[in-house]
Amino acid sequence: MRKKLIAVLMTACMALSFAACGSKSTGGENSDKKQITVGFSQVGAESDWRTANSKSMKETFSEANGYKLIFDDAQQKQENQISAIRNFIQQEVDYIVLAPVTESGWDTVLKEAKDAKIPVIIVDRMVKVSDDSLYTAWVGSNFELEGKKACAWLDAYLKANKKDTSEINIVDIQGTIGASAQIGRTNGLEAAVKEHSNWNLLAKESGEFTQAKGQEVMESMIKQYGKKINVVYCENDNEAFGAIDALTTAGYKVGKDGDVIVMSFDSTNAGLTDVTSGKVILDTECNPLHGPRVKEIIDKLQAKQSVDKQQYVDEEIFAADDTVKSVTVDGKEYKVTATTKDVISKRAY
Amino acid sequence: MMKKNKSKNSLNSSTFLLLVTIALFAVMYIAGMIIFNDRGFASPQMFLNLFISNAGLIVIGCGMTLVMITGGIDISVGSVTALVCMSAAYAMEKKGMSAYTAVGISIGVGILFGIVQGYLVSYLEIQPFIVSLAGLFFGRGLTAVISTEMISIKNELFLKWANCKIYLPFGTYNKHGAYQAAYIYPTVIIALAVIIILTVVLKYSKFGRALYAIGGNQQSALMMGLNVKRMKMQAYVLDGFLAGLGGFLFCLNSCAGFVEQAKGLEMDAIAAAVIGGTLLSGGVGTVIGTLFGVLIKGTISSLITTQGTLSSWWVRITLSALLCFFIVLQAIIAYTKKKNINKLE
Repeated sequence: MRKKLIAVLMTACMALSFAACGSKSTGGENSDKKQITVGFSQVGAESDWRTANSKSMKETFSEANGYKLIFDDAQQKQENQISAIRNFIQQEVDYIVLAPVTESGWDTVLKEAKDAKIPVIIVDRMVKVSDDSLYTAWVGSNFELEGKKACAWLDAYLKANKKDTSEINIVDIQGTIGASAQIGRTNGLEAAVKEHSNWNLLAKESGEFTQAKGQEVMESMIKQYGKKINVVYCENDNEAFGAIDALTTAGYKVGKDGDVIVMSFDSTNAGLTDVTSGKVILDTECNPLHGPRVKEIIDKLQAKQSVDKQQYVDEEIFAADDTVKSVTVDGKEYKVTATTKDVISKRAY
Repeated sequence: MMKKNKSKNSLNSSTFLLLVTIALFAVMYIAGMIIFNDRGFASPQMFLNLFISNAGLIVIGCGMTLVMITGGIDISVGSVTALVCMSAAYAMEKKGMSAYTAVGISIGVGILFGIVQGYLVSYLEIQPFIVSLAGLFFGRGLTAVISTEMISIKNELFLKWANCKIYLPFGTYNKHGAYQAAYIYPTVIIALAVIIILTVVLKYSKFGRALYAIGGNQQSALMMGLNVKRMKMQAYVLDGFLAGLGGFLFCLNSCAGFVEQAKGLEMDAIAAAVIGGTLLSGGVGTVIGTLFGVLIKGTISSLITTQGTLSSWWVRITLSALLCFFIVLQAIIAYTKKKNINKLE
């Protein structure tokens, strides 16, 4: 019996010490009633892009800015995100921000949030729900615009090099089929090909956003079309790395004065490094810094203003040189940045 | 006299482990209520959410407890869950089948896994770990074969089940002063029913007692005239059924089927069973203990989410510390038991 008692006491001590870990950082808060509490359920920390995304949210919703951010890393698991949202609801946070790991499966828990009258802002990936009123707004990238920008740049670049009348053969290494980034970027290219009578889309095939698959697809395209290919349109940086490997191995010269030019998306650090060396001629950004745009929405909601359901983050264009200074898409002008080491070192990710 | 003494002792150690688990849960939860009182931790809904979010895991953990009592293990349950979600989603969305058929398919898939694995383990006497490892690969692989893309479930009846809130006669007032009734989903009722039924079965039925006997010492169970192979087989089939049912409850929570679903769920189920006082070597364990094991896991992650700044990987770290604690505790009990037996001899 004595042993039993000791064990129970030990357990109690242990549990209390765990609880004590949690209590340290919570003391002395909630004194300011105007502080806005935001619960953010993040997918995980699987890539540089994601880490930059989390960092942006943490910096924007800092205590110095009058916010309290409750951050939860779901470790790539939807069930973790669902229970985190339930937790946020019970904590009566003012806003829930969700970067969903998957597109579907959110109906039940978002309905619980709606019943509790907590606005939900979705970032990055879109959610597919039966009822659009389950979320207040979505913030993310305009993938189709990214594609259009890249094509507008290609058009201007060809004009500057006096190739705008010669035949241009393009191959498209697509992203994972069905991903919103793939759909938008492919649509952007296909629309541009239709507009230009001298542009041919020779082939399109999925490289699944990975380097290995990008290389494989490029190899088979080289076998099929060989020297005909002028432009390789890769739908993310990793695919571009694979494609460049395949092209150089096959003896092609990649770049401005070479046989083919490679275009890419995302603008990761490694991607931009390849832009400075000229291997990638153009890299269109996929901006992870969602914090400021989400804050804008929350500020508007606080002031009881209406917000747009879909909001896009600003995204830049990085080119290997300054042949093209700016591009115009749908009547709006976008600046093109000539990439240098300086530009890369100033970026957040 | 001697015999009576011994059996009393073993019963004691099992109840003792259970008591430790329950006490630990209570202390943790009450500490959370005190520390995070201003952040809704004390609200009844926060407690009910533990059941809502973990209904599937509770049922799967019960199946795990059954096979662990016989001295076996089943690490295929996570993959079975993914397969169940995927086949249910596929049947309803791509083949237009009804939600009832989907329930049938889910449970069928689970039972099929149980029959094959049970046969291999009990009649061919292959190590349960290896058998269910094969099951783990097979289940995940088959899920990807059905569809690599995510299928979201839009079947009306299914969503009606998933969104069917059952309001309870108590609740809280939120900060705007509005009354919010506490609620549960039907999944919670099913999970609790499974717990109650299995507790009765394990405690009072011939089958239940036989499982403990087999896990305690297979040789003596055989000599007692028990059909060990058949009993073991039945335990695995029941475990498969519970994996299928738990998988479906999991699906009701996530409303979708995709390959990456429920990865590592088998480890959560094993952890819950061990924390709940089930011995890996067999012969000891209760489903009530497993229930509390799941609740402890839920409470840890709930505490860390509420805290808001700690990395959620601390859930795993805390869980591993708890596991170590319980394994050591079990070892001590086993050691004292052995010493007592030696003394008696």
